[in-house]
Amino acid sequence: MKTTEEIFNLLKEKFGDSIIELKTDVPVEHFITINPLEIDKVCNFLVSKDDLMFDSLMNLSGVDDANGETQKDEADNNTIVGGTLSVYYHIESTSIRHKLVLKVSTPRENPEVSSVAEIWKAADWHEREAYDLLGIKFLNHPDLRRILMPYDWEAGYPLRKDYKNPEFYQGMKVPY
Amino acid sequence: MGLLDGQFTDDNIVISKVEDLLNWARLSSLWQMGFGLACCAIEMMATSASHYDFDRFGVIPRPSPRQSDVIIVSGTVTLKMAIRIKRLYEQMPDPKYVISMGSCSNCGGPYWEHGYHVLKGVDRVIPVDVYVPGCPPRPEALLEGLLKLQDKIRHESLVKKTA
Amino acid sequence: MAADIENKVTTTEKLKTEEMILNMGPQHPSTHGVLRLELELEGELILNVKPHIGYLHRCFEKHAEAMTYPQVIPYTDRMDYLASMYNEFGYAIAVEKLLDIKIPDRVEYIRVIMGELQRIASHLVALGTYGADIGAVTPFLFCFRDREKILSLFEMTCGARLLYNYIWVGGLSHDIHHDFLRLTKDFVDYFKPKIKELNDLLSYNKIFIERTANVGILPLDTAINYGITGPMLRASGLKWDLRKDDPYSIYDKFDFDIPVGDGRMGTVGDSWDRYFVRVLEMEQSLRIIEQAVAQIPEGDVTSAIPKRVKPVVGQVYSRVENPRGELGYFIISNGSVNPFRVKVRGPSFVNLAVINELCKGHLVADVITILGSIDIVLGEVDR
Repeated sequence: MKTTEEIFNLLKEKFGDSIIELKTDVPVEHFITINPLEIDKVCNFLVSKDDLMFDSLMNLSGVDDANGETQKDEADNNTIVGGTLSVYYHIESTSIRHKLVLKVSTPRENPEVSSVAEIWKAADWHEREAYDLLGIKFLNHPDLRRILMPYDWEAGYPLRKDYKNPEFYQGMKVPY
Repeated sequence: MGLLDGQFTDDNIVISKVEDLLNWARLSSLWQMGFGLACCAIEMMATSASHYDFDRFGVIPRPSPRQSDVIIVSGTVTLKMAIRIKRLYEQMPDPKYVISMGSCSNCGGPYWEHGYHVLKGVDRVIPVDVYVPGCPPRPEALLEGLLKLQDKIRHESLVKKTA
Repeated sequence: MAADIENKVTTTEKLKTEEMILNMGPQHPSTHGVLRLELELEGELILNVKPHIGYLHRCFEKHAEAMTYPQVIPYTDRMDYLASMYNEFGYAIAVEKLLDIKIPDRVEYIRVIMGELQRIASHLVALGTYGADIGAVTPFLFCFRDREKILSLFEMTCGARLLYNYIWVGGLSHDIHHDFLRLTKDFVDYFKPKIKELNDLLSYNKIFIERTANVGILPLDTAINYGITGPMLRASGLKWDLRKDDPYSIYDKFDFDIPVGDGRMGTVGDSWDRYFVRVLEMEQSLRIIEQAVAQIPEGDVTSAIPKRVKPVVGQVYSRVENPRGELGYFIISNGSVNPFRVKVRGPSFVNLAVINELCKGHLVADVITILGSIDIVLGEVDR
């Protein structure tokens, strides 16, 4: 069983600059921040190395960090410009019983992350949901399209902090 | 024969209005389309089970809209599903009735404020006859809703309404 | 059987066949809710299954960002509406980890009793509707009759039959009724022979075994790669249960077994195994309830509930063993009274993704069998 610090040191000597930092001062979990376009190589290493064997992806979630600046656009609504969108990965090993948390951050205007759907098939639907609700594009995903909202939903990405509801959808009034 | 057995002194001729006879036939055998969407569907299934039997009122679940009289919309109606509900309602043959069960299909329920994908009440797409409140309504409440619908059918009329 | 039919299809060269797309639409009597399956068929053989979900997407995560921490609990109830106590349990544990508070022992014992009773109720619905889908209507009525007894126990405690709002952050909303423990013991004694009755009716019935054995076999490494958890994973042979492998609350004080599928009617990991693992789990839940009822201490259930829930800046991922699998809550807090982000990892959402692999090469009627054995609840798939 390895702790997060030991795994961080192992990854740092293999991948160098792609591993950005290890955050330990925030309760309750420690996490490692990684470059978004290199995440699939790092995950391949984590799955295949003998004393790591992270064969199960527990959770993959997209988050809107809302750390840009708020501006008012022409319709007098609040929009956020700049800042980042993040994706958190929670992985564990069923044989060695250790866990790890990874994080990637991408700019809000053009969010792109490498997909890990080839490594863990569980990531397939989780990544489609992050694309649907937050707009994060996953490169090399086998089938990236909306999963929960209707396929012809034009009004944007609902879980972003500056999302605004449309008035009508196909003839039905949406707000109360 | 049940209710009518041994009640008459003369044989064979029963006098009644055509309306009363038709209405009695309709309300005693309302076949429902099994349309459970969310949590209220579990209470509807519990009403059909043996503790709060639905079958003693003549209500049987049918799988297809072409063979049913009443549709009980139980659960939250989302925008994606509302288009399909309209289509199913148009596939049912006349005379048809709609019972809206639960707070979500009456008016949007607990999701009225921030629900971007919830339709605030199924009466925005199809006409509703009876509303049953509750979240979820108890089986006894659903049975009362059914009895109110039967009351409504009992007073229907064939005569054209004049001003 | 599927191989015979494939031989017949390929050896009649003069017969021209065409692929057909059939829609098992959102309204269907056997899809356990609003799920749409697009089947690509060649005759009756299935080539591909594409599930379309989202017909019950009720925006839980957006609501969680707008409400305060205790106000989110009724919304977590409504996600997996057949196991509401467990949803609240998972959320309460996650927030208590962020706040770092200690819960009285009586609260922990009552939470475990409620959770295990809820597990039995949820499995009864799963088994009853599974029998009804395959064509056996009698077990459906028997299972619902037994479930009514559990629901009347819940109603005595908190007033509601299905969606409770009972387990709060830091404690419970009411203490239990003074007759509750005696009636729970009576229920345990009443229910033990009913499991034997269910086995005689359904589990060892020859027609049921023909329909479910060797259908939808799930190999173990596929299951781990797809992230499958719960009874589906245990039926494929791995002894993995969060109550023993990553214990939460006071489950490490109780003595119970983990049933695992062994392929006695067909192959390891087929639909009969997934069904029978649930029957055995109900027996183990009865053991836990007996032990908890005997050991429960006295105390005050509302003493640790904080007046205002305002955690420090941080994040936590905590998970519990739902009747359907691993239910995870990922909560990020930014120091205010509203959560910043709540992501729910629903077990049915992850378990449903494997249906394409399971259905390839089977007939159309087997899709119903396989879907019933996965045991999904659409409220949790769509949130």
